[in-house]
Amino acid sequence: MLINRPPDIKSSDITDERLFWGRREWLASVGLGVAGLALPAIACAQETQGADKLTPYDAVTGYNNYYEFGTDKEDPARNAGTLRPRPWNVVVEGEVKRPATYTVDDLFKGMKPEERVYRMRCVEGWSMVVPWLGHPLKDVIARLEPTTKAKYVEFTTLLDPRQMPGQRRPILDWPYVEGLRMDEAMHPLTILTVGVYGKPLPNQNGAPLRLTVPWKYGFKGGKSIVRIRFTETQPMNTWQRSAPDEYGFYANVNPTVDHPRWSQATERRIGELFRRKTLMFNGYADQVASLYSGMDLRKNF
Amino acid sequence: MTDAQLIRRVIKPALWVLGLAPLLYLLNRTRLGDLGFDPIRTITHFTGRTAITILFITLTVTPLRRLTGWNPLIKVRRLIGNFAFFYALIHFLIYAVFDRELSPVGLGEDIAKRPWITVGFTTFLILLTLAITSPQAMVRKLGKRWQTLHRLIYLAAGLAVLHFTWAQKKDIRLPLIYAAVLAVILGSRLVLRLRIAVRRER
Repeated sequence: MLINRPPDIKSSDITDERLFWGRREWLASVGLGVAGLALPAIACAQETQGADKLTPYDAVTGYNNYYEFGTDKEDPARNAGTLRPRPWNVVVEGEVKRPATYTVDDLFKGMKPEERVYRMRCVEGWSMVVPWLGHPLKDVIARLEPTTKAKYVEFTTLLDPRQMPGQRRPILDWPYVEGLRMDEAMHPLTILTVGVYGKPLPNQNGAPLRLTVPWKYGFKGGKSIVRIRFTETQPMNTWQRSAPDEYGFYANVNPTVDHPRWSQATERRIGELFRRKTLMFNGYADQVASLYSGMDLRKNF
Repeated sequence: MTDAQLIRRVIKPALWVLGLAPLLYLLNRTRLGDLGFDPIRTITHFTGRTAITILFITLTVTPLRRLTGWNPLIKVRRLIGNFAFFYALIHFLIYAVFDRELSPVGLGEDIAKRPWITVGFTTFLILLTLAITSPQAMVRKLGKRWQTLHRLIYLAAGLAVLHFTWAQKKDIRLPLIYAAVLAVILGSRLVLRLRIAVRRER
């Protein structure tokens, strides 16, 4: 079964950007709110609660966590110009029948990218709704033919301090590594993203290809991937290595399991003033909850 | 112009302008729609950093007075300190309204369960207490206890930097710069005090 998009986000949400609040118009309402905590702005904000409107393109591509280009949200858009996403090779190795180095084009040869409108929930407590363009990871994996020993897939981001100035400082243990259990990787919602809003992926969003796993916190989506490795043992992902008490391997969006320092019960949707309730598995529980039946999600956070 | 006139007619009006400048800057950015993609976050961070910065400036008044030997300077300390409280108040209100929708349960849970918010809220309560007890009448009423009470500003400064540091996901370079500045300010007070003690012994 191919799930093109979650049933709660309609295709009518995708196209018409003009219908969404223009940034200026919206910010003017913020202005009212700030000036005197005025009621109109509060009323406006509450009207939008519950709806999943597309986050505007300039926010999706201008407000990013991509520490390889700096730790401020605006840094990636400012600094990612040094990244050269073409030509780009991806090394496929480990428990796989055809270990090889592929160009991006070869990796997706004959495949047509699909549009997927997904919620994106950052572990920091903010969220977006993004029309990604990508290929189901399961289709790519089928092509690579992992062996029966392959229980996990590990994704490694480019390591090149000349292209990624943020890597000149040891903020994280470079290169950035993320991983999925095989059944998570094979889930139809998991995609290798190559574009957004119908355009090629901008550098600051992880060009030329990144992982998107909509029911997990955003940091699980490794960007600018240069290596896909199939392993028998659970990979050690970068944030878990950095702070094992705060970040785990699974990182499923879960409003009932707090980050040690902050609540995960609510989130601020970019473009809104007030916080909204965070949904179990980011609203994809119907599709993915069965992957974790019987697991203690408090321990496997 | 006498010293008192200089303070009243020049320095204090200038401090009012300087103290309100961050607020006007923020309101202007709001008007221009230039608060970034998460305006609440921008305002929260800006007012928090401004509060700490002005708190630090408050702590430099006494060392400056000692260094210059110009004692009337002490008359501007209360005004500067109250501006620090003013920005801490906005910082707290923005969080309370937009992040917790003024829910007593939500706020209580945050303050009780999350140490960095406990620390931030404690800082806010200290500054609130100091602001309430800042008028001349309160100084007279509290007598010697006023001095003791207002030494809490050192604690508030330390806790504010701790709160700032703890709030970071990973990159703590900026809070560490604030911590270093605070160390220099407190260090200079210590040095000046020691020098006075040495002078007295002679």
